[in-house]
Amino acid sequence: MGPMLDIKNLHVTVGEKEILKGLDLALPAGEVHAIMGPNGSGKSTLSYVIAGREGYEITKGQILFRGEDLAPMQPEERAAKGVFLAFQYPVEIPGVTNTTFLKEALNAIRRSRGESELDAMQFVKLLRRQTKELGIPDDMLKRSVNAGFSGGEKKRNEILQMAVLQPLLAVLDETDSGLDIDALKIVAAGVNRLRSPERSTLVITHYQRLLSYIEPDRVHVLAHGRIQRSGGKELAAELERTGYAEFKAVAAE
Amino acid sequence: MAATAQTALQVRELAEDRYKYGFVTDIESERAPKGLSEDIVRFISAKKEEPQWLLEWRLKAFRHWLTMPEPQWSSVRFPALDYQDAYYYSAPKAKGDGPKSLDEIDPELLKTYEKLGIPIREQEALAGIAVDAVFDSVSVATTFKAKLHEVGVIFCPISEAVRNHPALVQKYLGSVVPYADNKHATLNSAVFTDGSFVYVPPGVRCPMELSTYFRINAENTGQFERTLIIADKGSYVSYLEGCTAPKRDVNQLHAAVVELVALDDAEIKYSTVQNWYPGDAEGRGGIYNFVTKRGACRGVNSKISWTQVETGSAITWKYPSCILQGDNSVGEFYSIAITNNHQQADTGTKMIHIGRNTRSRIISKGISAGHGMQTYRGLVRVTAKAEGARNHTQCDSLLIGSKCAAHTVPYIESKNPKAILEHEATTSKISEDQLFYLRQRGISVENAVALVVNGFCREVLQQLPMEFAVEAQKLVAISLEGSVG
Repeated sequence: MGPMLDIKNLHVTVGEKEILKGLDLALPAGEVHAIMGPNGSGKSTLSYVIAGREGYEITKGQILFRGEDLAPMQPEERAAKGVFLAFQYPVEIPGVTNTTFLKEALNAIRRSRGESELDAMQFVKLLRRQTKELGIPDDMLKRSVNAGFSGGEKKRNEILQMAVLQPLLAVLDETDSGLDIDALKIVAAGVNRLRSPERSTLVITHYQRLLSYIEPDRVHVLAHGRIQRSGGKELAAELERTGYAEFKAVAAE
Repeated sequence: MAATAQTALQVRELAEDRYKYGFVTDIESERAPKGLSEDIVRFISAKKEEPQWLLEWRLKAFRHWLTMPEPQWSSVRFPALDYQDAYYYSAPKAKGDGPKSLDEIDPELLKTYEKLGIPIREQEALAGIAVDAVFDSVSVATTFKAKLHEVGVIFCPISEAVRNHPALVQKYLGSVVPYADNKHATLNSAVFTDGSFVYVPPGVRCPMELSTYFRINAENTGQFERTLIIADKGSYVSYLEGCTAPKRDVNQLHAAVVELVALDDAEIKYSTVQNWYPGDAEGRGGIYNFVTKRGACRGVNSKISWTQVETGSAITWKYPSCILQGDNSVGEFYSIAITNNHQQADTGTKMIHIGRNTRSRIISKGISAGHGMQTYRGLVRVTAKAEGARNHTQCDSLLIGSKCAAHTVPYIESKNPKAILEHEATTSKISEDQLFYLRQRGISVENAVALVVNGFCREVLQQLPMEFAVEAQKLVAISLEGSVG
């Protein structure tokens, strides 16, 4: 079987501007890959185009997820297939409790897979198990989705959603930004707990910091819309020392 | 079939499916002659076998109505009403003397209410809810009368109350909304046909939810119901009304009046789920919902709470209000109004503070989609004697799409310098960020919109009796189907 996620010569424009310019990436099942890169290199564009956000147009190339082209699928179809994006800036939904939201999401995904919906009791049981393991207090479930959450709470909430929805591919878009070290450890533990031979994770980050806790199988450097270099986890450490200057120079040429 | 034609057909079917109450019941009815005149007023009064004083009251209203201009101050726009081109009385033809018991009701009517999901056979009824079913101009059934009678609660069609409890009706009818109040209410006073009457005796907590279900069926017929609820000292009652009508291309007028009276320490909770036919996607047809609702907190420590979910009607024009006469009395208004396609709504409330330490609370949630047009119009008035009066008003508007509109028109008048009045207002749009976030979690666009809107309305939905909150939530979602994407 081919890789879980197979991106081939991907070109993406946002508005008039081409952001991704021939990106190649193969992420096999069971592996964790990190995408690192300077600001403005196209990291968030990559996460949005995988999730299917409107306004991110694929002009060339393709994104295959378990052999299927994602391009024609709506965001919710991709989610049902097992694609999950942990947002850099989780969105607030006032008046909708976390529990309602999570139940709605899980049951929507189950419905589209032809599975039976969970009733309130079954769902609460499942949810309790996850919050306990992630050390998330119950009151966070009763509060409106992300409304008035601290930065750390928002990111933990993303990890909780991931744990409940059990995706096959998780894309973490700068999940470490704005986290103190304790929150970072909790988030990393949540991600590590989900590691399994059937699952893949794409960790998008600016800093090496998160990768001390989520050990990647491969590290890719994204700059100017393409993967400039790939290597093992030692590449992350190297970047931490040298910075992205080398890749900025490439652009100048 | 060409692909485009097929799509158009599918879209039309979808649009029509959205209003699932649009069917017509095929039943023989008896109607008054078309048009409006003193003779019609007399016809209605005679049909109801009313006493002389009521006929005179009706005629007084009618004569006054003739002198009144159409109200022009609201934001709703519609062609001038032709009052002569409508019927003012329509009743399903009774077999013999009319039903003596629920078993004698015309099976067609029973089927109608079954289809509407309104249980009027007691054995099938939801536990704890008594229903009065009003079909066009008459009440066709009232459930659980006997059970309510045991505790002294009167719950019956108002025409029956006129016959059986004339003293109560004469004392309170028109005491909150006088016959000359406004054009639509005055018309109602002249030609009102049926509606519910409730009296809760002193100290009684009504043991079940009371509910009236209004159905317009006949074509070209106006419905003019009149509801009167009296909560005597220390009593409590929760009342809910629901409304639907068939789909028709011609607009129909619905001009109702609701009067509430709460005496010392009494509380009335009045909830409305209004789902009259809203017209089609192009704005053809639909009900003109011109309603006057007002409650008087006459006694000390009394409380009246209005909750409304307004999703239907081509035009909604209503301002459920509270007159806070008794010291320490409390008025509340919780509202959700949705205007989609070409619907218009001008709605809000009036809180009149007269007694000392009177408090009022207004939470209004307006949602506009399509070409929907909506205005919150509210008055908070504090008289000089209303020491310690307080009001808090919160008006939130949510816009979906770029062709709709929302306006907030608050009037605040205080003659008491110590009154505390707060007004908050927000306007927001469902953001693309919110929709993408929800869709990324597997939730479809339509469900995502419903979720955001239900969240926006939560404070108001929570005010509804449990049994209806879920229904109302679904209704909110259905009303907005097709508004995005």
